[in-house]
Amino acid sequence: MMPRAKLMQQKRDAAAELLSARPLPEGGVWARAARKAAVERLQAMGLPSKRDEYWRYTDPRRLTAADVENADQVDTSDEVPIFEAFDRVKLVFVDGVFDAQASDAPELAGVEICTLAEAARADLHWARDAFGVLEARGQDPVPRPLASLNTAYATEGLLIRVTGKAEKPISLIYRRSAANADAMTHHVIRLEPGAELTLLEDGPVAARYNQVTEIDLAETAVLNHVRAQGRDHARAGATHLFARLGAQAQFKSFTLSANGALTRNEGVIWLDGAEGSAHIAGATVGDGAFHHDDTVFINHAAPRCESRQVFKKVLRHGAVGVFQGKILVDQVAQLTDGYQISQSLLLDEDAQFLAKPELEIYADDVKCSHGSTSGEIDQNQLFYLRARGVSESDAKMLLVLAFLAEALEEIADPDLAEDLRSRLEAWLKRRA
Amino acid sequence: MLEIKNLHCELEEDSEVKILKGLSLTINPGEVHAIMGPNGSGKSTLSYVLSGRDGYAVTEGSASLEGADLLEMEPEERAAAGLFLAFQYPVEIPGVGNMTFLRTAVNAQRKARGQEELSAGAFLKIIRAKAKELQIEPDMLKRPVNVGFSGGEKKRNEILQMAMLEPKMCILDETDSGLDVDAMKLVSDGVNALRDAGRSFLVITHYQRLLNHIKPDVVHIMSEGRIIKTGGPELALEVEENGYTDLLAEANA
Ligand SMILES: Nc1ncnc2c1ncn2[C@@H]1O[C@H](COP(=O)(O)OP(=O)(O)OP(=O)(O)O)[C@@H](O)[C@H]1O
Ligand SMILES: [Mg+2]
Repeated sequence: MMPRAKLMQQKRDAAAELLSARPLPEGGVWARAARKAAVERLQAMGLPSKRDEYWRYTDPRRLTAADVENADQVDTSDEVPIFEAFDRVKLVFVDGVFDAQASDAPELAGVEICTLAEAARADLHWARDAFGVLEARGQDPVPRPLASLNTAYATEGLLIRVTGKAEKPISLIYRRSAANADAMTHHVIRLEPGAELTLLEDGPVAARYNQVTEIDLAETAVLNHVRAQGRDHARAGATHLFARLGAQAQFKSFTLSANGALTRNEGVIWLDGAEGSAHIAGATVGDGAFHHDDTVFINHAAPRCESRQVFKKVLRHGAVGVFQGKILVDQVAQLTDGYQISQSLLLDEDAQFLAKPELEIYADDVKCSHGSTSGEIDQNQLFYLRARGVSESDAKMLLVLAFLAEALEEIADPDLAEDLRSRLEAWLKRRA
Repeated sequence: MLEIKNLHCELEEDSEVKILKGLSLTINPGEVHAIMGPNGSGKSTLSYVLSGRDGYAVTEGSASLEGADLLEMEPEERAAAGLFLAFQYPVEIPGVGNMTFLRTAVNAQRKARGQEELSAGAFLKIIRAKAKELQIEPDMLKRPVNVGFSGGEKKRNEILQMAMLEPKMCILDETDSGLDVDAMKLVSDGVNALRDAGRSFLVITHYQRLLNHIKPDVVHIMSEGRIIKTGGPELALEVEENGYTDLLAEANA
């Protein structure tokens, strides 16, 4: 074992090396200040290492290496694009760079949309008090250096402020162009009291990407977030969702992931006001050289809140799934209702699932449960289906979809849920 | 219809455990046969071996459906060929809706037989009518397969599947167990409605009561992996009255 101080020094040296190779982007006063603060945070905590408590199951090197590996794009030209049937405001990024030409006009009643590039040049912007703020808060008690790196360097992203009930979803579409682009996007989303929004995200983003989304929900605001991550096999991506909820706010976030050499999705949620509700869910299918990591922290900091984490992974041919999830209940958070389930379906003996479910509770009157399981296809169920005439491959697919159903149920809009479910079915059929 | 000759099987994982030990049975089209026999005599195993469940190794003998070798086929091929097993313990499948399951099954079999798939509308019409006959609530069709169903509901659901799939050879493994008197009548009516000259039944049961409703042409007594006696409906009455002791002694004599 390396002594702690020496390890810390190595992590800091690695951060210093990365920082010195890269000047901070230009920008106005507030943006520069936010970036400098992020650099300081990063310098203090250093880059992630496999020895860090929450990086034990996932090797972060590919996410911080100087060179980006090429990632071939999955050909999806014969597929109907995801969310196609839904009327929405489409905002397009190519290799992580906003493409106004390819996008709809960023206009929607009750919603202000502005690019980070524009806002950073301005001297005053509402995002001044938000950009990097939740990311900074999310560094305690567990460091998330990739998120600080993002705050320091991201020049692309959107600042979205919602004051009413948005009449259609905002849909962020991430397209790719270059074989080895390295993308950083940073979105800040603020919902004022009573505001409502559905936020959609889909697409392969870039060969490597680092995305941060900071979400601030005022009291009684409602945000439904549905994300479908691209299926490029060799991609390496890290995402962070930081969300704080005021009283009676509701947040639902669902992520569908397929393939990807390395994906780390972190979620950090604070229930700051009474009676808030946060659901975060994921359905993942991995086949082959695939490593997918969900790391979620839910902080109950107010009474009578409810949270649910539902993560399901179907793995085969050497795919590795990781789940690290924590429910932290503050002393004041009486009558908390916290639920967490993480399950994997291992389709062969090469697949692997690593789980670290945690509860940390300081209030005495709470209801919290967590469970984690790893299993195989149930042979009795498989035989029952086959005895009714369903082919073995179709029967397995039905059982895989059934396994993932509990996660898909976390999508608030049943039509969106059905869109993702039918897509999953088509992907599974293709690889059957 | 179904022809079983000198069938022997043992457990795949333990060849010391021999379950079927030379079972022979012929069922002609349109006939109803009943099998009775003590617990553990191998009745369910016979139904599993015929329908193709993993875990059993056939070491000797044959089984054919309308002349086609059943033992060579995958379970789904046997189903498409017209074999149906109503399970002694129907399996719960969380996350798969009963309706989705049945439509998938019906259309898979139609496809395997070169028939056109049923449209969602046509399917819905048929299943609603058949469910009603079996007094299966529409709500049960929407729920996941057998999840939270009572014992009797599970058995009725098996008969509904049978009615939808219209198989040629139906094996019912203790479909009467766990049924109240009224449900027994419903299930029997469901079975009787399907009886015709081209369809055969093999009814496994412990109780003569069911055979009052579903009148068998032939009754077999099974013990230790073999048919030890074959006769008419009166054989079932004899079992009901005297149990198996005399029959077993007679067979061993
Ligand atoms: N998979 C298995 N593993 C171990 N033993 C088995 C297995 N399948 C069957 N057996 C054994 O084979 C014998 C026959 O079992 P089977 O279930 O066929 O009996 P049955 O006649 O249907 O009995 P019952 O009337 O109780 O339903 C029993 O002794 C049973 O324990
Ligand atoms: Mg049995």
